[in-house]
Amino acid sequence: MAKHEYAFYPGCSSQKGASASNYLTSVESMCKTLDVKLTEIPDWNCCGASIGYAEAGELPRHVMNARNFALSEKNLPGQEIVATCAACWLGARETRERLTHSDTLMADTREALKEAGLTINEMPEIRHMVEVLIEDIGFDEMKKHVVRPLEGVKIAGYVGCQTNRPFGVAGESFENPVYLDKMVEMVGAESIPEYDMKVTCCGGALAFSEPEKAQAQIKDIVESAYDHGAEMIVTPCPLCQANVEIYQGQINQRYGTKFNIPVMYYSQLMVVAYGGGAKDAALNGQVIKARRLEEIAAKPAKG
Amino acid sequence: MSANTAMAEKYRNNFLKEIEEQVEMGDWVKMCMQCGVCSGSCPTNFQSAWEHPPQELFMMIRAGKREEVLTTTSMWNCTSCYNCIVRCPRKLPITHIMHGIAEYAHRLGMAPKMQPTRFFSGLFWKNCTHTGRVNELKLSMGLYFKDGFGAGIKEGMKMKDVALGLLKAKRLNPFELLGGHKCKDQKGIQAMLKKAYEIERSRKAAKMAG
Repeated sequence: MAKHEYAFYPGCSSQKGASASNYLTSVESMCKTLDVKLTEIPDWNCCGASIGYAEAGELPRHVMNARNFALSEKNLPGQEIVATCAACWLGARETRERLTHSDTLMADTREALKEAGLTINEMPEIRHMVEVLIEDIGFDEMKKHVVRPLEGVKIAGYVGCQTNRPFGVAGESFENPVYLDKMVEMVGAESIPEYDMKVTCCGGALAFSEPEKAQAQIKDIVESAYDHGAEMIVTPCPLCQANVEIYQGQINQRYGTKFNIPVMYYSQLMVVAYGGGAKDAALNGQVIKARRLEEIAAKPAKG
Repeated sequence: MSANTAMAEKYRNNFLKEIEEQVEMGDWVKMCMQCGVCSGSCPTNFQSAWEHPPQELFMMIRAGKREEVLTTTSMWNCTSCYNCIVRCPRKLPITHIMHGIAEYAHRLGMAPKMQPTRFFSGLFWKNCTHTGRVNELKLSMGLYFKDGFGAGIKEGMKMKDVALGLLKAKRLNPFELLGGHKCKDQKGIQAMLKKAYEIERSRKAAKMAG
């Protein structure tokens, strides 16, 4: 039996061929090393994300998340739900909070769930993967598995919004969370605690609908990373990762910049530091290749 | 009588009450003390994108400026970054109030039709509830082709390099157009959502009647 077991809510972007499929691949390798067993919630659905607000209403949006709670309770009783995506985690946590605080909303949710043959008896705990790493596993245990430290690599920890606000990770400040910097140090790389854009918004869904507004923000995020001497950026959020990575070409055209900085997930750094290969860390999933990590991943581990 | 006319009749001269009863988290609006931290913390307002930043909207609601509030593009600039929520000294759930006012304006048919984020927001919700999971390719295509075929091709061409990069990295699957990822119990999801809308509508109607 694995040391830690959770009901897993991967979310839409983590699916095969979707925009954060590289995140899932690296999380799976990372969890193998840390003896964490993730069991996918059968037939889970989308959380609705924040951007669905024009038509989601209140109850329909909570019912979407509640369906996942009900499926988790039915199939994986007693297990906490773990999400890797910031939006999934936030959406589910918000639903948990609202249903817990309103008997009417809870009763209405149960009535709607009945239509899908489901019910909720207990409210599940909703965790983000970084909470599991920090709180359940701990930095000491995480560090024990490092066999190939990312020495000399300077990495800007970009926390972004939804892993940080409004819930955030316990004990961290909204304005200057430090856990990502600690994770960078943990894998043997050099962190940049003074990186001043670490909680700046990447524009979220506006990167699709109003790219000029989102790209103005992404430009600041990338520029600040360069100014601090970073050679890559790391983030815990799939939308932050995509937005900050894939529009650098368009930003260069718009602003005459020469951005070309890789944007990684924490799990990818950990997999390489844990001795995994480029494939285990899904380095082939980068639009802007992380050459430095590829080189490190090709070297034998120190063991 | 349109939904908008009905609401305007019912809540005549009391727009604050209308927002309190019909908008998610609307009962928080009266708590605003006009400090402006929300507006100063908003990334898109920082770019001067908001016609009326949040604290201004709150005062306009209290001043009964119904037409101006419901037809503005302002709330549609929200990126859901939640910075206003964590900084508000009165703990107003501002992000949710912005979403709530936007949803209400959209529901009454008063939201600006061509506002791109309004369009994308509706598209996203339809996309993810249709099969239970987001189809990223259809979502992007739906956005690019919102102004017709010709404009869609042009928009698509602008995005060609981004799409190619994702395609090479295996983070974009062209076969999603033929179906893609979906939930098994789509019937259950549709029935559940239908019920949820019914309940929500009847609760709002009861508030209006009461």
